[in-house]
Amino acid sequence: MSKYIIEAENVKKYFPIKGGVFSKVVGYVKAVDDVSLKIEKGTCMALVGESGCGKTTFGRVLLKLIEPDAGKILFEGKDLAKVKGKKLREMRKDMQMVFQDPNSSLDPRFTVKNIIGEPFSNFTNIKGEELVKRILELLNLVGLKKEHLYRYPHEFSGGQRQRIAVARAIALDPKFIVLDEPTSALDVSVQAKILNLFQDLQEKFDLSYLFITHDLSVAKHMADNIGVMYVGKLVETSATEPLFEEPLHPYTQALLSAIPVADPEYKVERIILKGDVPSPANPPSGCRFHPRCPKAMEICSKEEPELKKVGDGRLVACHLY
Amino acid sequence: MEDLLKVRGLKTYFYTYEGVVKALEGINLDIYKGESLGLVGETGCGKSVTALSIMRLIQWPPGKIIDGEIHFNGKDLLKISEEEMRKIRGAEISMIFQEPMSSLNPVFTIGSQIMEAITLHQNVNKKEAEEKAIEMLNLVRMPDPEKVMNQYPHELSGGMQQRAMIAMALSCRPSLLIADEPTTALDVTVQAQILDVIQRVNKELDSSMLLITHDLGVVAQICDRVAVMYAGYIVEIGTVKQIFKNPQHPYTKGLMNAIPKIHVKTKRLEVIRGVVPNLITPPSGCRFHPRCDHAMDVCKKKVPPVTKVEEGHYVACFLHGGAK
Ligand SMILES: Nc1ncnc2c1ncn2[C@@H]1O[C@H](COP(=O)(O)OP(=O)(O)OP(=O)(O)O)[C@@H](O)[C@H]1O
Ligand SMILES: Nc1ncnc2c1ncn2[C@@H]1O[C@H](COP(=O)(O)OP(=O)(O)O)[C@@H](O)[C@H]1O
Ligand code: SF4
Ligand code: SF4
Ligand SMILES: [Mg+2]
Ligand SMILES: [Mg+2]
Repeated sequence: MSKYIIEAENVKKYFPIKGGVFSKVVGYVKAVDDVSLKIEKGTCMALVGESGCGKTTFGRVLLKLIEPDAGKILFEGKDLAKVKGKKLREMRKDMQMVFQDPNSSLDPRFTVKNIIGEPFSNFTNIKGEELVKRILELLNLVGLKKEHLYRYPHEFSGGQRQRIAVARAIALDPKFIVLDEPTSALDVSVQAKILNLFQDLQEKFDLSYLFITHDLSVAKHMADNIGVMYVGKLVETSATEPLFEEPLHPYTQALLSAIPVADPEYKVERIILKGDVPSPANPPSGCRFHPRCPKAMEICSKEEPELKKVGDGRLVACHLY
Repeated sequence: MEDLLKVRGLKTYFYTYEGVVKALEGINLDIYKGESLGLVGETGCGKSVTALSIMRLIQWPPGKIIDGEIHFNGKDLLKISEEEMRKIRGAEISMIFQEPMSSLNPVFTIGSQIMEAITLHQNVNKKEAEEKAIEMLNLVRMPDPEKVMNQYPHELSGGMQQRAMIAMALSCRPSLLIADEPTTALDVTVQAQILDVIQRVNKELDSSMLLITHDLGVVAQICDRVAVMYAGYIVEIGTVKQIFKNPQHPYTKGLMNAIPKIHVKTKRLEVIRGVVPNLITPPSGCRFHPRCDHAMDVCKKKVPPVTKVEEGHYVACFLHGGAK
């Protein structure tokens, strides 16, 4: 058995940009451009980066919700591209996703019972009383109550809706869950409850997570390892503690320094970057960070830096190293 | 310290089909000259309604300011005519929002919009207005201001739209800027740029700011003082140091403990049980009592009075007095 739950090797996902009267392909959005990443079983890997850098796309590719254009994804050592038919259906039960916006991910026409019951009717023969029993167990697990069973999503608060989505995601005992900004739409007080819930579930069911977030304090709190993305590329990966102690990639350094810390006496030298995040349809040459990088050198606009080992188990893509 | 704005007993209700939403239940708030005051609290607790009430932008129906005083530069804003208020809005008090496109008009260039804001309140000719507009764009560190003058909002990135909106809001050098979640929709690195701009510009213009945000980190880094709101009341107010280092209200403490800390290791986050109440039938007495671990009998019956903790630090909770 592989010690990794997921291994992604050189994964690419390009979305065609269509234009003109004949809807010809005029270019590509390089949403994920050659990303390799491994997640150990039972751990939480956070994927951080700014909006549009490809985090969601990468998560969807990992779960085979969309097909990669290149590269290989191994789930528990098995090549996803080679798993077909019944085997694939089996495997899908083991991989789930929770989305950022609980409002749009839950069908407003369905009751809680139908929403959480859906994976059971899609993938199992469980029905009737047994189904209700299972759903009630799940509701209990995520901190909802029996009387919620026949209510509709709009009757719940944002935090409660996210709990419903979590209950559905864990219904079939998955091994791996992609959590895509699961608390970004929530108040800090509600976020705290949901983060605690994820930790409890992870312990109880030995889950592995890919936790997508743009909030570095949340990443630090939840993750064993962190991957930093910038315009379709992975620029740094590291265990959580060392990354926060000493970020190596200039982009990671800027990201960390930009976090507003909730302590008025905590002063950092804030690195204010120039300009905006470039579009993945037209990424800068060489190192994609070079137009904004305070440490850019001549080589940076010409040659793309490889992701290479720096220090203890850390990978960094930057010509400085 | 000298007051710029003094809000007393402000009550704003919304008369809806479901019932009366008691959004503000007697707010007292001072904003000093040159300071930046943060307003924090969970969603729906009344932050935006406070801002809109100060601007007198509450729409009737269903909303109405039913009581209170808002003193600004020696005038009670609730007593002056709409005509007078219009002269103050955008000139002496300006507001910026989370969504820049709510203030920018998609069919006019950035330049013409800022120039219009300037000529509306100041007696200047076109040439001077143009110069001032470019000066404002420079002030918010807009890249390539001359080019941006001729561009339309949709041609700009989110961060640039935000800068354009700030430039417009500040073009008449208001003495008070109200910013409602100005960086919530932005990425962290762009948020850092915009907060940097807001801070510098405020200093350069010597204006005051009311900054509404749900991000306690932003408040800690940007503001001088902070007011904590819960369900239509200000429950605690003080300097950022007082509130962050020595929070007194159980709700303030709950909020502080709920955030993941970047430089302190916490295994498990503390939570505030329950959810924000509905303001049509809010809890009696202290509106926080159903969620409070320290609630006493009196908390259900009476609204806790505001008590002084130390100079400049006030809290509304029976644990600190008034319980007898
Ligand atoms: N136009 C309206 N009609 C009815 N109720 C309203 C209206 N505007 C606001 N309210 C109510 O007033 C209360 C305070 O709302 P407000 O928008 O001030 O919250 P907030 O603190 O700004 O929250 P958020 O953090 O979500 O922006 C809420 O209960 C809200 O539902
Ligand atoms: N279905 C799609 N069709 C075209 N472009 C897409 C699609 N999904 C995502 N993209 C583009 O790919 C890039 C990465 O998007 P995404 O993975 O959603 O970023 P993130 O989750 O990091 O914010 C963006 O430029 C986005 O607009
Ligand atoms: S490769 Fe060059 S431009 Fe890119 S992050 Fe490193 S120093 Fe900066
Ligand atoms: S007044 Fe009572 S219920 Fe309200 S916060 Fe204080 S102790 Fe808790
Ligand atoms: Mg996303
Ligand atoms: Mg608001």
